[in-house]
Amino acid sequence: MQSWKYTEDYHMNNFDYFKPKGIEAARELIVSIPNAAFVAGGTNLIDLWKYNLTNPSALIDLNHTGNNITVQEIDSGVRLSAFATNASTAYHPLIENRYPLLAKAILAGASGQIRNMATNGGNLLQRTRCYYFYDPDSPCNKRNPGSGCPAIDGYNRMHAILGTSKHCIAVFPSDMCVALAALDARVNIAGQKSSRCVPFTDFHRLPEDTPELDNTLGHGEIITSIDLPHKGFASNYSYLKIRDRNSYAFALVSVATGLELEGSIIKDARIALGGVAHKPWRIREAEDFLREKQATEKTFESAAAIILSGAQGFKFNKFKIELAKRAIVRNAAMALNPSIQKPGAQPS
Amino acid sequence: MPRIQLNVNKRMYELEISPWVSLLDALRDRLNLTGTKKGCDHGQCGACTILCDGKRILSCMTLAIMKNGAEVVTIEGVSEGQKLHPLQQAFIDHDAFQCGYCTPGQICSAIGMLAEGKAKTREEVKDLMSGNLCRCGANIGIIDAIMEIHGGLSHE
Ligand SMILES: Cc1cc2nc3c(=O)[nH]c(=O)nc-3n(C[C@H](O)[C@H](O)[C@H](O)COP(=O)(O)OP(=O)(O)OC[C@H]3O[C@@H](n4cnc5c(N)ncnc54)[C@H](O)[C@@H]3O)c2cc1C
Ligand code: SF4
Ligand code: FES
Ligand code: FES
Repeated sequence: MQSWKYTEDYHMNNFDYFKPKGIEAARELIVSIPNAAFVAGGTNLIDLWKYNLTNPSALIDLNHTGNNITVQEIDSGVRLSAFATNASTAYHPLIENRYPLLAKAILAGASGQIRNMATNGGNLLQRTRCYYFYDPDSPCNKRNPGSGCPAIDGYNRMHAILGTSKHCIAVFPSDMCVALAALDARVNIAGQKSSRCVPFTDFHRLPEDTPELDNTLGHGEIITSIDLPHKGFASNYSYLKIRDRNSYAFALVSVATGLELEGSIIKDARIALGGVAHKPWRIREAEDFLREKQATEKTFESAAAIILSGAQGFKFNKFKIELAKRAIVRNAAMALNPSIQKPGAQPS
Repeated sequence: MPRIQLNVNKRMYELEISPWVSLLDALRDRLNLTGTKKGCDHGQCGACTILCDGKRILSCMTLAIMKNGAEVVTIEGVSEGQKLHPLQQAFIDHDAFQCGYCTPGQICSAIGMLAEGKAKTREEVKDLMSGNLCRCGANIGIIDAIMEIHGGLSHE
């Protein structure tokens, strides 16, 4: 006789639901209920729950808990609410006009429907799309620390080429965050005792020997907002996303570029890569190299070599090293002439 | 059990509902509004697209309880009585479906996309409609149908 015994593990679990009135109340709930989770847009959390990859005992709904003004001007620049949707942020006139690099990156991610749901805070905390991570029957150090990483010797077309460890080679899949890293954003976090503000490139982390940790947010902490400094690179910018289909797919490689020029001389440059590492990849040394140089193809080729130095490919993703270098050069040309950019951050 | 209120297609409903029921399941299984389809249940196909407070969203990726008090429009609510929504008529005129499974999501998504007012060109319409997959490959007809209405609206 064949029989199937359903174990606890394979039941979608039930959960309680709370809709607290403010951030403080939300934090009190999360520390008092074991295994509770926040939910905002739900587009990642509810998906993971349906795959039985997360089993919260309670959901604490962050919608309408905080300051919901999508975008506001502050002394140091512009503040994005963590609870505002990706769409309302990308289409906000202040972002369209002053930070078009961010608008383009957001609009290159997911779909119109998902961007109407996904929040800015949730976008920073979305989990990897590694197929082994998504398969509860497979080992995975990120999901089940110590169980191993089948991606390293397995199918790893979408995986990382920079900053990997022998425990995990997953990629952080966000587009929005690549632009936020390039723009020197800061993340405002409300914690148990105090609030803190983290430079964007320090928010996410590399896998090292604790790949279960995607970022530096502590339990019970809430992202309340994201600040952008004044400098938005609105004249010379481009976001390029290379993927297996032209739209509605995660990046194989993406590049956010912002340039400040005087004639053809580069005065300031920002380049961040997505799809290549466990966090948005930004190398200050390459940006220093670019300063005061002529904005030519050769210059950007040299910068690309600096950014990709130390890159290591695996069996199915070695192509990403050359692809990333070419994408950097191509995107620089697009940043020099932003009007040639295409919908969906396709190459032009 | 929690009680929620939903305004669906201009009618108020009061539901007793478990917190873990998706908005999609609530519409289909509790309100018998089966026009909205479940393609993947994971946010990947767009078949479950509905309008919530005027915005197109995926009903499979949200919980009914999270939408307590919201105003929802499904494919059943887009026509005015027997008078089809212009997009419904355009889908017929342009052969924009075969099996029809993706169609309710396509139409609700297109209504939301046009209301967003961001697509100017056919290329942009294609990009902003990429969240709706069509297995039958009726995509060209779908974009043709939307472009007809898009042109119509922009000349109004
Ligand atoms: C089919 C599909 C395709 C996609 N394609 C892309 C793509 O191409 N590019 C891309 O960048 N993204 C893509 N996404 C991912 C999408 O952008 C994320 O799912 C979304 O940004 C998550 O935001 P959310 O508000 O829905 O988060 P939720 O799912 O609500 O939450 C995600 C996590 O963040 C926590 N959380 C949320 N807000 C806060 C806060 N303020 N403070 C503390 N914790 C918080 C939650 O507890 C949860 O752990 C795709 C998603 C889907 C389903
Ligand atoms: S790459 Fe990371 S997420 Fe993927 S299987 Fe290995 S440990 Fe898990
Ligand atoms: S059923 Fe919701 S996106 Fe496929
Ligand atoms: S008409 Fe069959 S899936 Fe689109």
